[in-house]
Amino acid sequence: MLITRKSSFRFAAVAAIAVSSTFAVAAQATDITGAGSSFVYPVMSKWSAAFAEKTGNHLNYQSVGSGAGIAQIKEGTIDFGASDAPMKAEDLQQLGLGQFPVVVGGIVPVVHIEGIAEDQVKLDGTTLADIFLGKITNWNDPKIAALNAGLKLPAGKITVVHRSDGSGTSFNFTNYLSKVNTDWATKVKFGTAVEWPTGVGGKGNEGVSQYVRQIPGSIGYVEYAYAVKNKLAWVDLKNASGNFIKPNASAFAAAAATADWKSAKDFNLVMTNAPGAQAWPITATTWVIMYKTPKNAANSKVAFDFFKWSLEQGQADASALDYVPLPAPLVAQIEAYWASDYKH
Amino acid sequence: MSAQPGTIAPPMVVEQRTRRDARQELFFRWLLKGCALLVLASLLGAAGATLWGGREAFAKFGWHFLVSTAWDPGNDVYGALVPVYGTIVTSLIALLIAVPVSFGIALYLSEVAPAWLRTPVSSAIELLAGIPSIIYGMWGLFVFAPFFSAHIKPWLTNNLGNKPDDGKLSWVAQHVPFIGKLFGSDYPFGASILVAGIVLAIMIVPFISSVMREVFQTVPTRLKESAYALGSSTWEVSWDIVLPYTRSAVIGGIFLGLGRALGETMAVAFIIGNSMTFSASLLDPGTSIASTIANQFSEASGLQKSSLMALAFLLFVVTFIVLLIARLMLRQLKRKEGN
Repeated sequence: MLITRKSSFRFAAVAAIAVSSTFAVAAQATDITGAGSSFVYPVMSKWSAAFAEKTGNHLNYQSVGSGAGIAQIKEGTIDFGASDAPMKAEDLQQLGLGQFPVVVGGIVPVVHIEGIAEDQVKLDGTTLADIFLGKITNWNDPKIAALNAGLKLPAGKITVVHRSDGSGTSFNFTNYLSKVNTDWATKVKFGTAVEWPTGVGGKGNEGVSQYVRQIPGSIGYVEYAYAVKNKLAWVDLKNASGNFIKPNASAFAAAAATADWKSAKDFNLVMTNAPGAQAWPITATTWVIMYKTPKNAANSKVAFDFFKWSLEQGQADASALDYVPLPAPLVAQIEAYWASDYKH
Repeated sequence: MSAQPGTIAPPMVVEQRTRRDARQELFFRWLLKGCALLVLASLLGAAGATLWGGREAFAKFGWHFLVSTAWDPGNDVYGALVPVYGTIVTSLIALLIAVPVSFGIALYLSEVAPAWLRTPVSSAIELLAGIPSIIYGMWGLFVFAPFFSAHIKPWLTNNLGNKPDDGKLSWVAQHVPFIGKLFGSDYPFGASILVAGIVLAIMIVPFISSVMREVFQTVPTRLKESAYALGSSTWEVSWDIVLPYTRSAVIGGIFLGLGRALGETMAVAFIIGNSMTFSASLLDPGTSIASTIANQFSEASGLQKSSLMALAFLLFVVTFIVLLIARLMLRQLKRKEGN
């Protein structure tokens, strides 16, 4: 009896301490929530862990897809949304929202051709679009041969692999094809999902990688990190200034640096087919969307602290995950935008 | 039950007890009714919500939505034929394979197998039923689809299809109508409607066979032994005694499996190829209602989202029609038995 009373007392004491310490933490820490793009999910979770360690504030990021992220910020259920496609300036203005890019990544066409081991194949945008339109159906097509002098491509049916799910990767890829091929621009157009004229759909970057690995003669497109991780053979692309570019961090950074951010109001610019001499043509970013006059000022302040920290100090974490840090002038422009357009 | 046997309770106490019993009875009845109505309400609610969500698509496309093969988010034109076809065909393939196999498993376990084998095999089946569908999907994508593509598909396209590698149509493809179309394909990989159907079959075998095994065990030994005594073989006993005795429960089990096959999402999304282009061929990639929704819902907005909701409503309709057919079949069978 004595023992029970003692232990129950001890239990009560422990519980009381536990409860009071929870409250103590809750009093200082602010939990902010964001939702949207799955493209930035890996780097968001890495940043969020590092930020929590530093400040005690937690970020809860839900990777629900860009469309859902925009829908949720419109309803005001989250502190920020993240989207792979920018919102139009008039929509932003009407809803009192602002947006800015946070991280850059590259999308690369990957191929599986028997006898072609490394990244030897070269393509330009029009040819790539013709392949995805189903107009070019064989690897020994003269149009492909013309771009690949000195490389003998075997005869073999081309199988196109695309994303089956709506995605920002598809948005940027089809956006690029629309910019470089008028047929694509008028028939298929661009978006997170389109009516693919030909081919098979893989679910997610993993699904596309897997199909490209399995299907001889296939061509698909994935985020750069997946091409590296799955050791897929990528394609060199001819960019807007006529150079053949290999996909890598510096080519993505060149695209981000040469894209015309200065004249893009609210950073409303899809930077595919960027003009720089060394720019990779299918470079993408993700925009964070927040209210200019926030409903919850305290949360919004923490969110700004988070993005300020991630743009200034978190970019090394991004590089480790095969993203590319934003170029310094762009970071400066974003911070100026915060100061001028946001009330916080 | 507190009254001792032999003693008689005073009338007032009896009356109180009766009243209390009546109250409890009423309460219990309301509780049961509430449970049953909850199911009905959630069914109607879900069907109503999907119909409401899909109203824009139905209003815009009308009945064309049912017969159109378009799925074009770029131009905002949508049709349901490709996913509906994929859903029905994959489920039919799954049933064609799963029903005979499950029948065999259940008969073996209840009639033929030695007693020591029954328990381990039955638990293995139950374990199979518990595997999450994504694991079947991964197995299908990483293991079965490549195997199918390398070893089974070439034989099918060359011997049955209308697009053989050497361009020469086989006798079967020339003389049997439709078969050339069903097995013709020039996609060089496995993921297809047929592969999805086969993987679905593997997924629903545990459901159908465990229901069948349970009900086969309810057949009175008296009946079976009488038949054996009259000189029937095991096959005759199974076909003429066991199956007729358990027919309605067996059909119920089959439709339980079919219901799962119609609504299966993740596994199908992995292995059906996810092509929104219509092809009658079983060896070409297609899509199903559930996998289309899973693929596109998170990024859809406006009319596309509404069309996905309309697809969800169509899945309700398809399932409802299937259940209706099952009911009609059962009634037909009962009538035959009556004669």
